[in-house]
Amino acid sequence: MSKIVILGAGISGHTAARYLNKWLGKNHEIIVVSPNAKWNWIPSNIWVGVGEMTEDEVTFDLAEIYKKTHVDFRQAKALSLNPEGSTESDKPFVTVEYTIEGRAGEVENIEYDYLINATGPKLNFAATNGLGPEHGHTVSVCTASHALEANEKLQGHITDMKAGEHRTFVIGTGHGMCTCQGAAFEYIYNVDHILREEGVRHMARIVWLSNEYELGDFGMGGVHIERGGYITNAKTFAESLMVERGIEWITRAHVSKVEAGKIHYEIMDGSQHVQEFDFSMLIPPFAGVGLKTYDKAGEDITSETFAPNGFMKVDADYTPRPYAEWSAKDWPRTYQTPKYKNIFAIGIAFAPPHLISKPMQNANGIAINPTPPRTGMPSASMAVAVAKSVRDMVNGAEQPTHTASMAEMGAACVASTGAHHLNGTAVTMTVFPVVPDFEKYPDYGRDMELTTGEVGLAGHWMKNLLHHTFIYQAKMKFGWSVLPD
Amino acid sequence: MAVKPTNKEPYQQAYYPPTPTGWTRYMRTFLPWQAFRFLVINFKMLKLMSKSHH
Repeated sequence: MSKIVILGAGISGHTAARYLNKWLGKNHEIIVVSPNAKWNWIPSNIWVGVGEMTEDEVTFDLAEIYKKTHVDFRQAKALSLNPEGSTESDKPFVTVEYTIEGRAGEVENIEYDYLINATGPKLNFAATNGLGPEHGHTVSVCTASHALEANEKLQGHITDMKAGEHRTFVIGTGHGMCTCQGAAFEYIYNVDHILREEGVRHMARIVWLSNEYELGDFGMGGVHIERGGYITNAKTFAESLMVERGIEWITRAHVSKVEAGKIHYEIMDGSQHVQEFDFSMLIPPFAGVGLKTYDKAGEDITSETFAPNGFMKVDADYTPRPYAEWSAKDWPRTYQTPKYKNIFAIGIAFAPPHLISKPMQNANGIAINPTPPRTGMPSASMAVAVAKSVRDMVNGAEQPTHTASMAEMGAACVASTGAHHLNGTAVTMTVFPVVPDFEKYPDYGRDMELTTGEVGLAGHWMKNLLHHTFIYQAKMKFGWSVLPD
Repeated sequence: MAVKPTNKEPYQQAYYPPTPTGWTRYMRTFLPWQAFRFLVINFKMLKLMSKSHH
């Protein structure tokens, strides 16, 4: 009997757990370790952040779901890995610290035969002084509870605007190295939409502030789509959406400090600026969760298994090269770690070989470029591929049997621009592949037939459908495994 | 008294991007068209997914 430990129960971790439970659960041991008691459909947090959904509509209790399965759920956070075991035992193990009430602080070593690292990111608010809801002056929609708090503040400002006060809203990214512009992009349009619904839009100035070189970059170096007889860059469409809604934008910005009502940022020429605000939602940069790795003798070998940003090294080509020499082949395919063949890292937890957008530095040497997105659909695709490989390796395969390179997979992104069943809209974007492959698609790096975008009510229905489908699937209700991931 | 219209300020951020015509905006929420687009989007996503699995 093999023992498979999955660290993290987000989109990638929970997807891997569902399939491994289905394929191996009866005869093998599957343990899921997550510090959070609840699963969260993160793409819908933006609706919690404007009061269109409640926290309960986007989360559910993990223990309750796993109770129906063969999965052994431990509410704990992983601290370190011992992939070679210790001086007492050759068996690899992961050290965890429980976060569940009654066992909080208790430390345990959990042995494994296969380990899937799907810990997701640490929301690194500390990278920018004054950023974030806990110790700073900005709100966030990265977790359901953050989004709830964002909505409380937003509603307060709506009340003030109804009383005749003017307000400035600043939404975007809170550091030069942020990813996940899509979440901020959705949030700014939903704030705009809710202010219009409440009849106070004329009292608000809304400003987009981001680290993208141009609007529509989204950490993927932007996309080109065919529209109106032209191949056009997403920059054109993103700017059009902003102008249509009276939203101003500031790009190429690294937020260096946030004070009450003031965002300090610098741009590419190194000049410093201040943007005043009454309400601000800025996405933090992501880092790895800070797992340590020790060898058999107890020596710290973290630098061998993790990149300096805390993400796990997998089967990517990490050789530093200039942008012009980047290749689709640099990107990992199996997500197996090179040194330990029984460890995999998926979702945000794996270290990308390099950015997708072109690296840029300002005159002060500060990097101002979006980092690669690896959430949502790509996360789930990696999870399914790794679950299949682990299943096959447990059954005797020597190597991983399935691949899911971001340079060979597509992604669909449905970005809400206003929630309403009859007059809501969303931007529906499909991109293939996520990482451009200029050898295969020399003009734009992507398949122009599968790379598309449009705005409309159908997108809102789609986002709503995805919300209900994925929560149904994640709850492992009848027929979940025939639904697409 | 009516406010005298002023010239639209050029060389500003909002001056250059394309803006949708009334027809484009209308079609974005016109139910029969959007019902059709919904089917098209579903088809595209399924095609994308079928090409993504290895």
